[in-house]
Amino acid sequence: MDLPTFLVQCLNAVQYGLLLFLVASGLTLIFGIMGVINLAHGSFYMIGAYMAFALAPYFGDWYLTKLLVGIALSAVFGFVLEWVFFSFLYQREHLQQVLMTYGLILVFEEARSLLVGNDVHGVATPSWLAGGFELGGLMSYPWYRVFASIACVIVALGLYFVVNRTRLGMMIRAGASNRDMARGLGIDIKLLYRIVFAGGVALAALAGMIAAPLSSVYPGMGGSVLIICFVVVVIGGIGSITGALIASLLVGFVDTFGKVFFAEYSGVGVYLLMAVILVWRPEGLMKRAY
Amino acid sequence: MSRDWIIPTVAALALLLLPAVLTPYTQDLVVKVAIYAVFALSLELLVGVTGLVSLGHAAFLGIGAYVTVLASGDSGGSIARVLPLAVLAAAAYAFFVGALSLRTKGVYFIMVTLAFAQMAYFVFHDTKIAGGSDGIFLYAKPTLGALDLDDKRQMYYVVIGTLIAVYALIALLIRARFGHTLAGIRVNEQRMRAAGYATYGYKLAAFVIAGALAGVAGFLLAIKDGAVNPELLSWHESGAVLLMLILGGIGSLRGAVIGAIAFTLLKELFQLEALLGPVAAHWQMTLGFTIIAFVALLPKGLIGLRARLVGARHG
Repeated sequence: MDLPTFLVQCLNAVQYGLLLFLVASGLTLIFGIMGVINLAHGSFYMIGAYMAFALAPYFGDWYLTKLLVGIALSAVFGFVLEWVFFSFLYQREHLQQVLMTYGLILVFEEARSLLVGNDVHGVATPSWLAGGFELGGLMSYPWYRVFASIACVIVALGLYFVVNRTRLGMMIRAGASNRDMARGLGIDIKLLYRIVFAGGVALAALAGMIAAPLSSVYPGMGGSVLIICFVVVVIGGIGSITGALIASLLVGFVDTFGKVFFAEYSGVGVYLLMAVILVWRPEGLMKRAY
Repeated sequence: MSRDWIIPTVAALALLLLPAVLTPYTQDLVVKVAIYAVFALSLELLVGVTGLVSLGHAAFLGIGAYVTVLASGDSGGSIARVLPLAVLAAAAYAFFVGALSLRTKGVYFIMVTLAFAQMAYFVFHDTKIAGGSDGIFLYAKPTLGALDLDDKRQMYYVVIGTLIAVYALIALLIRARFGHTLAGIRVNEQRMRAAGYATYGYKLAAFVIAGALAGVAGFLLAIKDGAVNPELLSWHESGAVLLMLILGGIGSLRGAVIGAIAFTLLKELFQLEALLGPVAAHWQMTLGFTIIAFVALLPKGLIGLRARLVGARHG
């Protein structure tokens, strides 16, 4: 493998890892704070991607506006969803929540099929991000992927800031480490849960919107992302955002280079990584970092 | 408690007499439900008895099914060779997965079992050892003496017989010292260890037995369908069998069987065009909302429904 190819693969790995991080950070927050194993999280990614497809005609090149509108819509959606389907479930066993989210997956998939159909649709990249830059004379790397990586980094930094430096973040961390104590101190846990859930949905949907021009939108796109993100969350340590970041980059590299070197067995690589890490550290890399 | 065996026995007798009145379609359906009931029972040993929630149980079903097809080859072969091979292969993978994943706990355990199942899935899906993503056909079904599994009636009795045997086996295991130890581990593992039990060994034994029984279900499924494909090992399948348990009510063998019946029948029912007309094409939506309604209204599963009705009557 020559240097430019290697560099391109590295950039791809980072970009894929960062995208996974957006989805996985929401998942890890929802699990770490609310204790909900959310199987429907992949559906939110799918919904985001289809939203990028559906909104495209209205916004044209106003791509960033489209992303912002999408984020707002999905946050509202998450807020309502938590209220209707999850708010009465917290006292129950985990498995009841698993069942609920499984039901939601079926509903979302069918709704997608009813509204948009089962065809694969491409989503155009905005014209101001078309083309790419030269790398080593022969290879070129698309600007849109660069944009995707940068957008993910900005969101990751924003997330870090919110969780570690704001009052809301303080309440989130308090709720994560001791729910009853946080409630005792007057924090409105119900509202907090709703906000966290809405935030998680918005993050997953944003990832879907960013990914849509790269992967196009297709049925079942949520399922594969969901499982990979569970792997990320578990490798990183449940509830840890830093862990999710490290793990998603790790998974990005293993997956990308696995495809280059062991094409036939590439699917196994990520899961093997997870098995090895968990045998080594049964509670993930970062055991509840905050 | 002492009359616990009456309902299962009556149900078993009814199942044995049922073919007399069944149409070919409904008989097929009963066979399908019974195979999934065996599969659900095997998982119940882990989830309900030992308290180990596995989200990778389909791997053992799939391996059992794949080995059945591969070992049968073009000429069929003997059940006396194919069935032990299928069960052994499933048990062997269960031993490997269990030995590693039982080091973890709770949600981590759920995810590690899922990861190992996904590994098995991708091996069958991406490599050419067994037909890749298309799967393979079972050209000739294995036989044993006069037993011919191509005959629907014989297949029916074999499947129902297996279901009864597996139910009885797990019921016996639960009542044995081994089962009491597993229940102890579920309730308080620390205490069992303090009482001198090597809990890891017990859990591993339960995991391997559950894997082997899932392999039996895989054997039956491969023969019933006459083909296998990687989707048998997918996480959807592992999720579905866990759903059967939750739907039926975790913590009772009857719940596992009822859950398997309910889930399979609901899925079948919602796809019936004769019943639902154009809605049948969107069965996922109906099934999804039904599941959500179950969660909202029946926290203890279908098995809890009776207690609730009886309780309501008594005041």
